[in-house]
Amino acid sequence: MANNIIKNNTADVLPSEDIPLLTRKDFVSDQEVRWCPGCGDYSILAQMQKMLPALRIPRENIVFVSGIGCSSRFPYYVESYGFHSIHGRAPAIATGVKAARPDLSVFVVTGDGDGLSIGGNHLLHILRRNLDVTIILFNNRIYGLTKGQYSPTSDIGKTTKSAPLGTIESPLDPVKLALAAGASFVARSVDRDTTHLESILYEAAKHKGTSFVEVYQNCNIFNDGAFAAFAEKDVSPEKMVYLEHGKPVRFGRQKEHGLRLSGFKPEVLENVSDDSELLVHDIYQESTALASILSTMDYPEYPVPVGIFRQVERETYEDQLDMQVVQARANQSADLQDLIAGQETWVVG
Amino acid sequence: MTIDSKSKQDLESRVQATVRFAGDSGDGMQLTGNQFTKTNAVYGNDLATLPDFPAEIRAPTGSLPGVSGFQISFSSNDIHTPGDNPDVLVAMNPAALKTNLTDLVDGGLLIVDADEFKPINLRKAGYAENPLEDGSLAAYQLVSVNITQNNERALEGLELNAKERFLSRNFYALGLILWLFNRPLETVERWATDKFSRNPIVLEANLRALRAGNAFAETTELIHQRYEVAPAEVAPGTYRHINGNEATALGLVAASQLADIPIFYASYPITPATDVLHELARHRNFGVKTMQAEDEMAAVCAAIGSSYAGSLGITGTSGPGLALKSEAINLALMTELPLVVLDIQRAGPSTGMPTKTEQSDLLQAMYGRNGDSPVIIIAPATPGECFEMAIEAVRFALAYMTPVIYLSDGYLANGSSPWLVPSIANFPPISNHYEEIVNDGDSAYDRDPDTLTRRWALPGQKDLEHRVGGIEKSFETGNINYEPGNHHKMTLARAQRVAGAVRDIPSQEVNGPEQGDLLVLGWGGTYGAITSAVAQAQLDGLSVASAHIRYLNPFPGNLEQIFSRYKQVLIPELNNGQLSVLIRAQYNVDAIPFGKISGQPFKIKEILGKINHVLGHSKSFKFDFEEE
Repeated sequence: MANNIIKNNTADVLPSEDIPLLTRKDFVSDQEVRWCPGCGDYSILAQMQKMLPALRIPRENIVFVSGIGCSSRFPYYVESYGFHSIHGRAPAIATGVKAARPDLSVFVVTGDGDGLSIGGNHLLHILRRNLDVTIILFNNRIYGLTKGQYSPTSDIGKTTKSAPLGTIESPLDPVKLALAAGASFVARSVDRDTTHLESILYEAAKHKGTSFVEVYQNCNIFNDGAFAAFAEKDVSPEKMVYLEHGKPVRFGRQKEHGLRLSGFKPEVLENVSDDSELLVHDIYQESTALASILSTMDYPEYPVPVGIFRQVERETYEDQLDMQVVQARANQSADLQDLIAGQETWVVG
Repeated sequence: MTIDSKSKQDLESRVQATVRFAGDSGDGMQLTGNQFTKTNAVYGNDLATLPDFPAEIRAPTGSLPGVSGFQISFSSNDIHTPGDNPDVLVAMNPAALKTNLTDLVDGGLLIVDADEFKPINLRKAGYAENPLEDGSLAAYQLVSVNITQNNERALEGLELNAKERFLSRNFYALGLILWLFNRPLETVERWATDKFSRNPIVLEANLRALRAGNAFAETTELIHQRYEVAPAEVAPGTYRHINGNEATALGLVAASQLADIPIFYASYPITPATDVLHELARHRNFGVKTMQAEDEMAAVCAAIGSSYAGSLGITGTSGPGLALKSEAINLALMTELPLVVLDIQRAGPSTGMPTKTEQSDLLQAMYGRNGDSPVIIIAPATPGECFEMAIEAVRFALAYMTPVIYLSDGYLANGSSPWLVPSIANFPPISNHYEEIVNDGDSAYDRDPDTLTRRWALPGQKDLEHRVGGIEKSFETGNINYEPGNHHKMTLARAQRVAGAVRDIPSQEVNGPEQGDLLVLGWGGTYGAITSAVAQAQLDGLSVASAHIRYLNPFPGNLEQIFSRYKQVLIPELNNGQLSVLIRAQYNVDAIPFGKISGQPFKIKEILGKINHVLGHSKSFKFDFEEE
């Protein structure tokens, strides 16, 4: 009976030594990958497949949910349960999956169009509700599948087929949006830095609550080099800053530069040796103030921050929902015949 | 029949009576009506009720849009509708009189609160003269009572402010009406005692108001006639009062138990569907999980997600919300997941008239999605029947792994009637397509060759890892497939799966002669009016039968055969002829559409009038509200 599989799975199948060690290959499906050669999506898929065995979760307990767009083909390529849904709705579908079955590990794969434009509302609300779901938003700042229209994260002035004279729309910053929605885990990484990406995916998956990871992802067909000025290996040490909890915020090839706060404004200190002058990153702050300030740093004025902006503990939606069921059952009997009869009845005959 | 010896007035026996309470939306008319209904139900009458509330929660006090009404018809016979026209109208202010008077039968009893007919209220209602004084009500038995003042006197000495005293005057009116129909006060008194147990002063105020109104009627000679409506002969058993939305919600809980699968109900607030969410949210102890979603799409998608994970995914809405959900309903169709979508219809299009009833989403349910998109559609006919049809919706969704649209409407949702409480033991369990893996080659797309339904492969099942999605997929493997032949095959398979559900649909029954001049065909909440009108036509000697369809896609298998036995088919609907379109298309029957699109349910006399017209017994038919 279907109910057995639902009822017997209590929340959180904890990583267990009994679970056979899986490898990357165990998470490779038999479906042919159909992204353009050179697409940044390949890197994200590869890091995900490398990371998944480390979670020590049985493959059949993992569900990937996606919407529509290039990124949303992701579930086809991971050997697990997968749901390629409709445009923008992946967070809502994932909400239903997780609320019904807290025992499952649920991932949402979305993009800047899917997650921020047509599905912006759902993204906002899953972050607010804090279901234990890991959301990876591939941000390539362009619509790829429909062949090159500007997206909600495209730079102002960007010329595309749908904006031949340049866009006149200000872009959204996904990290700022996630922080504003009260997301309990907010991070950013980049397709080019595979080590960093894999570690962020791991931390996001381990976090209990909604994890939001923005990944800068290069679309080499319609928006090639969108992040090249700071994300390519030759420039990234100078142009990106890797946020690490508890450490002074430093960047540069020798970590020679640092960051301090001047009021509410981040300030770059070049060639600074004394850590005591520098801002120390703290991902566990309940207040989103520090994370929000860091999120304002952008190319070219600042090095672009990647890493975990915020990670706080909050009760998850599904646990609270389950608790309501448990408490209601403890406080009230559940006699269906009584329920149907209601409070007031009368007898005839 | 016993006559109260204390009573100076005559007690006239009647088979049926219809009463309407009308007042400002803050006057508590719904509560008053419900209490009067309960008293009659406990007394043993058959009855039907219809609330009619304004769209505004609190329109300006005393204004015409702020009038709230509640009509009840009760009888010593079988009864199917809340009555065409009230015999008694209680009007708590001039606006209530103005908006309701035209419905009162000629010579009907009109009880008004004279204290409220002051200049400011008369002006708000658009009366130049006081109708209580200018003779314009001569056609009715006017009973003008100083309800507000009398009630004030009854409450003297209680520590209540002016507003609180004013609020209890509905119970004064209720006490008066209970006397008029020779009903005891105790059902209301018991309810009030329980309801206000924590507020003794308010309890005292309500009890005093109720008794004062009752005593006033008893001791004055303003009302010359009392009425007695004897108990009806109804099937023995335990009864309760239920409206359609309650019955729908309870049916879903019952279905969950019968299927042994927990409910996940996600919904966005929308009139008149919201009460289903309210009701289900109270039943966590039955494992019911509810979610108030951020929008209609999220609601249906969360329900689909829960179905994918093994819950009973259900969403509820009204017409505008069904439009927003249509893309996701197709996702459930393509991924072959069970889904129940409740559409509690209201008057459209667009926002339309949210608090008014209509049956105008049938074609939307049938065709309102992209691509060839067959879904199972069912519709309850009475408030009580919402219970079993909700169970049917779940049964079909699980049996055919496909979306089921359940079409209720505002009339059924808010209308209520006594309901013989069913024994849950009499309902068969509900099965589903979840299976343990048996063989090595088992896949998520193993199909039942007869029904073409696939296995309900749930996450957590080892070796059934698979991908589903809205993209067309291979009939055999479920993998993405763009081949022309496959899409053709899958489209036909989806149609065949839904069409094949006819095997589980009970044969259509007919009320009346097996063959004849006219078949009146209906669906949904028009059942009461059609059944009553056809019964009357039969008494009048006409060769008329009625059939009320609960299964709209697919239709019952014997429907075509039924059509062949009648010379004409008349289809009354609260829309502009939607079922007629389907019947004409599917059966090539020259059905006569009969649409009423006023936001109000059919009156019996309207359908009777149309029957007479169709059968050539009258020259024309027009609704009262149509211009000559």
